[in-house]
Amino acid sequence: MQPNLTHLRQLEAESIHIIREVAASFERPVMLYSIGKDSSVLLHLARKAFYPAPPPFPLMHVDTTWKFREMIEFRDRIAAEYGFDLIVHINQDGVKQGIGPFTHGSSLHTDVMKTESLKQALNKYKFDAAFGGARRDEEKARAKERVFSFRTETHRWDPKNQRPELWDIYNARINKGESIRAFPISNWTELDIWQYIYLEQIPIVPLYYSAKRPVVERDGTLIMVDDDRMPLNPGEKPEMKSVRFRTLGCYPLTGAVESEAATLPDIIQEMLLTRSSERQGRMIDHDQAGSMEKKKQEGYF
Amino acid sequence: MAHQSDLIADDILGYLKAQEEKSLLRFITCGSVDDGKSTLIGRLLWDSKLIFEDQLAALESDSRKVGTQGGEIDFALLLDGLQAEREQGITIDVAYRFFSTDKRKFIVADTPGHEQYTRNMATGASTADVAVILIDARKGILTQTRRHSFITSLLGIKHVVLAVNKMDLIDYDQSKFDAIVAEYQEFAKQLKYSSITAIPLSALRGDNMVEASANTPWYSGPTLLAHLENVQVEQDAVEKPFRLPVQWVNRPNLDFRGFSGTISSGRVKPGDEITVTASGQTSKVKEIVTFDGNLDVAIAGQAITLTLEDEIDISRGDVIAEAEAKPDFADQFEARIIWMHEDHLLPGRPYLIKMGAQVANAQISALKYKVNVNTLEHEPGKTLELNEVGIANVSADKALAFDPYDENRHSGRFIIIDRYTNATVGAGMVNHSLRRATNIKWQEMDINKGARAYQKGQKSAVLWFTGLSGAGKSTVANLVEKKLHALGKHTYTLDGDNVRHGLNKDLGFTDADRVENIRRVGETAKLFVDAGVITLVSFISPFKSERQLARSLVEDGEFIEVFIDTPLEVCEQRDVKGLYKKARAGEIANFTGIDSPYERPENAEIVVSTADQSAEEAAEIIVSKLEEFGVLGAWFPEI
Repeated sequence: MQPNLTHLRQLEAESIHIIREVAASFERPVMLYSIGKDSSVLLHLARKAFYPAPPPFPLMHVDTTWKFREMIEFRDRIAAEYGFDLIVHINQDGVKQGIGPFTHGSSLHTDVMKTESLKQALNKYKFDAAFGGARRDEEKARAKERVFSFRTETHRWDPKNQRPELWDIYNARINKGESIRAFPISNWTELDIWQYIYLEQIPIVPLYYSAKRPVVERDGTLIMVDDDRMPLNPGEKPEMKSVRFRTLGCYPLTGAVESEAATLPDIIQEMLLTRSSERQGRMIDHDQAGSMEKKKQEGYF
Repeated sequence: MAHQSDLIADDILGYLKAQEEKSLLRFITCGSVDDGKSTLIGRLLWDSKLIFEDQLAALESDSRKVGTQGGEIDFALLLDGLQAEREQGITIDVAYRFFSTDKRKFIVADTPGHEQYTRNMATGASTADVAVILIDARKGILTQTRRHSFITSLLGIKHVVLAVNKMDLIDYDQSKFDAIVAEYQEFAKQLKYSSITAIPLSALRGDNMVEASANTPWYSGPTLLAHLENVQVEQDAVEKPFRLPVQWVNRPNLDFRGFSGTISSGRVKPGDEITVTASGQTSKVKEIVTFDGNLDVAIAGQAITLTLEDEIDISRGDVIAEAEAKPDFADQFEARIIWMHEDHLLPGRPYLIKMGAQVANAQISALKYKVNVNTLEHEPGKTLELNEVGIANVSADKALAFDPYDENRHSGRFIIIDRYTNATVGAGMVNHSLRRATNIKWQEMDINKGARAYQKGQKSAVLWFTGLSGAGKSTVANLVEKKLHALGKHTYTLDGDNVRHGLNKDLGFTDADRVENIRRVGETAKLFVDAGVITLVSFISPFKSERQLARSLVEDGEFIEVFIDTPLEVCEQRDVKGLYKKARAGEIANFTGIDSPYERPENAEIVVSTADQSAEEAAEIIVSKLEEFGVLGAWFPEI
């Protein structure tokens, strides 16, 4: 007799169930692909869900044009290798206005190039379901998020008016124009994600591993100089340091940590012994109390 | 995030290997507002060292600002998520928390203790294997304790931890603890728990949370964390007969046809004989296909894809089951229902139910009884309100495959969806199928509907007149009937007021009674249609779903909705029966258009208005439409 399923196998099965349910219940699903580790796990689970067929939906990356170059290379390589249909959407209005984090600040940049851009893309392709890689353990506001999260025609989330979600039965009914965001890895923690990547040998962007990279220190955060769009302040000089990233996003908004962790076990070890939480490297959360919740109501993932 | 294990620093590969064997436990915490539930969960996160330094710094600053522990660390602040809740100081929704030890990963459903949020507790309990029920040692067993216990038991949780909290405030008094436990065990006899573990605690002080407390030398049982790490929950889903609800038919090419789903119970291996519930066809399992290679055996909980030896017709919603132990397959069953929406349950209204991957239209027939969640007593009732629980028969428009919920917690469970708002309005658990469904057969008569209508030189139909009171429904219907009669057609009119004098005189004007009113009239109209008669029904019938119900009772093309679209102002001005005046004066409650809604038809076959047309003109339009629809010509039956 086989032993009972381990926690990772149970989480995996739950996620596959959710992914299949979305594919079966909606006309035009899409998988949002952020290129980060959570997205890599999501993609892997989608491949498992439909094997031997390819997943019956495209991948979509909402590109702010400020992602690390290594992320874009990785994205294109993975999509080609696995034969995914990849859609890349960029908010051209924002590009025309020259919106960027250095000139307009993190808040406006994220709003225009990420939140607005995502809404644009969902409207353009008329997707009625979008998979995201959000986890409930990431942030307090997300602990209450449903697996099938209903969005109005204007992509708003109403925390007071969510459908109760029982067992593994998901209500997939929507009216025209409305949509859902589906979160198959809701119940995974950061540690589960890393253990699963290790167990399944899932490829991830090399930026997660430590290497010598050019960085400058600003307000106590190490910012990598990924291209020559980064304006250097007087006296600032990029230094080569052994750093890695615990979370990936727009390079000017993502802090590096000094680290020697160059393998997956090293990374997991470092994470388990470390003393600060994952999202600390992200600038968005620090604005004000409850800021993630506000962003969610407006349509940020 | 320092886990306890020394292996992390010394032997990370050994640690990772050990982690692969970790199990998963889902539990729910239930308690009243001040029982210290958030503190208990916060403490578990804290003691399993899952609090980071940046979170700790935020926690310390929040504790000073809004904490309730006089500047000391307020663990409860770790949990509250939504801003409004943070300000009100109560949790109002289900939140999921995660922590792990070296043995287990835990998913905690944190649900509110506030009275009006029973539905959230049911939601949290639906996926939990263990319930931790908090009791304030000073207060003992309260109404809420009974309610929480009942709901967890209703959702099929078998293992309970009775967490007697705030022992520090009663000086760790063993006799008080024993009294509480004895009272609870007596109460819990009527619930279907298989184990109750009582632990004396102080979540705030940490007594018996992770380490045995020196303050309770008289207690020799496990600490809360030790118990949660070791409690064996039923893994008996694996021992039940094999069931695979098909979610997805996997057909990448002509050579491969697989059926994907998550095994809800039992085990399967290649060569096993299976049957498909809907068609009754049988075959043998050929392969168990996964991304990681074909399996020799798969068990409950695994998400797999099956291929079969024979080409048989299977689609989403079918259940593949062990050939020798089939599930029930019925369109009528008794269920316990939890209502989760502000709009009451309306018996007779068509709802959608989703049971696994099966979806059906279904009505919930009259309630057998309600269960008072506080006293567990049975009470009579016609409807269920938000947070109420009742027992009722469910009648679906097609047969569904299930096992009774008490036999198999992964089967026989469903959600109830409103067909128009798409809201999840309730949840149900099947008690048993109703044999009635199979015993009462429709008696086929030699003379059928077609023959009867042919003899009358017409096609049978229902003309359903809907519109506000005073819109002119009865006036127009009367004129239409006169014209049809003059044409030699056989007709009958079911008038709202007239029917309420007899058949429906036991019904009032609440939403539930209105639904039953329409159901009976719809069924009566159906019999007239079977008699070959053109049946005119003149009813306000304000709700879309009931008109839809009436439509669904007869065949396609037999139901002709006539919307008398006279505006409210005009109807109110006419006020033939003086009813609007009374309604405005508050003398009549639930009056359509005033304090009860009228849902306008969107796709009525015929629309007329007596505001712009005379009743005579409206009647002529209707008769000419009937001609166009072929109702007035002889219909040649197939016999």
